[in-house]
Amino acid sequence: MADRPAAPSGPPERGRFGRYGGQFVPETVMPALDELAREAPAALADPAFQEELGRLMHTYAGRPTPTYRAERLTAHHGGAQLWLKREDLLHTGAHKLNNALGQVLLARRMGKRRIVAETGAGQHGVATATACARVGLPCVVYMGDEDMRRQAVNVYKMRLLGATVEPVESGSATLKDATSAAIRDWVTTVADTHYVIGSVVGPHPYPWLVRTLQAVIGVEARAQVLDQAGRLPHTVVACVGGGSNAIGIFSGFLGDAGVRLLGVEAGGRGLDGPAHAATLVAGRPGVLHGAFSYLLQDPDGQVLATHSISAGLDYPGVGPEHSQLRDSGRAGYAAVEDGAALAAFHRCTRLEGIIPALETAHALAAAGDLAAGLPAEEVVLVSFSGRGDKDVDTVRALGERTDHRSDEVGP
Amino acid sequence: MTTSPATGAARLRAALPAGGEVALLPYVMAGFPSPSATVPCLLAAQAGGAAALELGIPFSDPLADGPTIQRAGQAALRQGMTPAAALASVAEARRSGLTVPVAVMTYLNPVLQRGVDRFCREAAAAGVDAVLVPDLPADEAQDLAGAAAASGLGFVAMVAPTSTPERIAAAARLATGFVYCVAQVGVTGARDIVPPSAVELLDRVGRVTTVPRALGFGLSRRAHVVALRGHAEGAVVASALLDRLGSGADDPAELMRRAVAELCGR
Repeated sequence: MADRPAAPSGPPERGRFGRYGGQFVPETVMPALDELAREAPAALADPAFQEELGRLMHTYAGRPTPTYRAERLTAHHGGAQLWLKREDLLHTGAHKLNNALGQVLLARRMGKRRIVAETGAGQHGVATATACARVGLPCVVYMGDEDMRRQAVNVYKMRLLGATVEPVESGSATLKDATSAAIRDWVTTVADTHYVIGSVVGPHPYPWLVRTLQAVIGVEARAQVLDQAGRLPHTVVACVGGGSNAIGIFSGFLGDAGVRLLGVEAGGRGLDGPAHAATLVAGRPGVLHGAFSYLLQDPDGQVLATHSISAGLDYPGVGPEHSQLRDSGRAGYAAVEDGAALAAFHRCTRLEGIIPALETAHALAAAGDLAAGLPAEEVVLVSFSGRGDKDVDTVRALGERTDHRSDEVGP
Repeated sequence: MTTSPATGAARLRAALPAGGEVALLPYVMAGFPSPSATVPCLLAAQAGGAAALELGIPFSDPLADGPTIQRAGQAALRQGMTPAAALASVAEARRSGLTVPVAVMTYLNPVLQRGVDRFCREAAAAGVDAVLVPDLPADEAQDLAGAAAASGLGFVAMVAPTSTPERIAAAARLATGFVYCVAQVGVTGARDIVPPSAVELLDRVGRVTTVPRALGFGLSRRAHVVALRGHAEGAVVASALLDRLGSGADDPAELMRRAVAELCGR
């Protein structure tokens, strides 16, 4: 069983995934990106670094996470077996720590004395604050005003962990604006600060680095599903905001031509209006936050405000590798609307006794629909990216305004 | 009367001669404080003594900009400013007597969405002399620099205090209009002092190129401009001007003219 990230392949040529990726950032941070592009592969190839990361992943973070057969959900949908890769059981409650811990260890090795990060749902912020507490580095997390309201518990957790949470009021006051604010901080403090980006987005080498640190999800899941289900999945399903849990699990199956990959974006209140975050389904290529990738934008190239019930998917961009996978057809992408995600949230909670993150609920909704149309011997593997404790207030507020969805779930 | 040089790059170099006074390049944000103020502000900056102008085309997510330019850009976008309208305001200002060179500054995505070649052709046709894109480092800038040259536009490359000698050399090779030297490790915004590292950067650039150097990011008063004599050919003032324009109920063009005249020591 793999209990540490797979041996890294080198960064892609000029930081490109096909035509996507690149380094579209102010000159001030280019030397720091060059340094990171040199130091990150060197660290990941260093047995001492891998030993420490692997040990912490095992004894501190709780890797390997299990892969679980969701029998009651399977029975509910009928059809293929639903299996869940349980990243919700990782320390801090989501896959985010795989990346945050790796990057904070890397920052310490590079001699950086301060960490900045952005966060949407707060999961990456909590993971980064946790890693910084463990390693002993000061941490500043930028978070949109609107997200601080939606994810108040995570804000308090970050402060308990010793991080400074900086509210961001500009733009739509969500993940996009928090990311811009974190990059501006880094532009100003680049001499002694490392920017721990939270997804497979941003300028090269970040999409490669975050993918490499998240690849452990796919390495473990492939071995576990082969061992426990006795076959490879028909389809691997994951939610996509920036796309790090999806790239992490997809990367384990890219070489298996028969395994389909499905990324699930936030359909919000529907793709016919502006209130969604379905970048790959409804966007077109452009540049945001340092990379060329699909983007929700107006005809002049202004980035659009997005909406999702889930703060972690509420982002108008997406990682460049997803854009390449979309264009090549190796992965498919679909959108799930707020209502369907909320129904899946309740269904999973009632039938499996696992409260999923609202982000994860998008993947569960799509996976349930898919499984219903497949034979019982097939396997649909879901990246269960995070747990839903952080979303309880959001769901409670919705529950007070709308009917509870429990009646459609059954006993 | 001499005829105007044939290319934007040559016009900018002529406006920023070596060994003279430090030329002032005021920044005008298209659409700020209102779309109707853009042309009067361009003309007023020239009347105040500007040697050349920077015209900002607002972008929704300006990574290199501090709060002043962010807010000005948001206000301009809310009032409907677009890349096409910004270029049209240059054409209108030219018809109304604007003669100094104009460099447009915007982020890469609006340029990409219009098409790099088309953007450069339309900018040149509108009377723009050069393009400057702060999220396009030299490594990625070959296409835009080539398209600019093909349209007769100059290309402005940026260097920062963190730039290595190799990166400064690469930027200097691409630059035709001027080399934009970033005075601060940080984002745009008025500051009280110009750090000594800014002068060091200007001198490093001067050793590898004869293309004019302009310093920007943080310059806010006449003394900053004067202190650059012998180190830079130009000084860019942006946030300090927008702060003035955004602060009063007075006619923005008159505020611009007075502020530029003050910075020019008139």
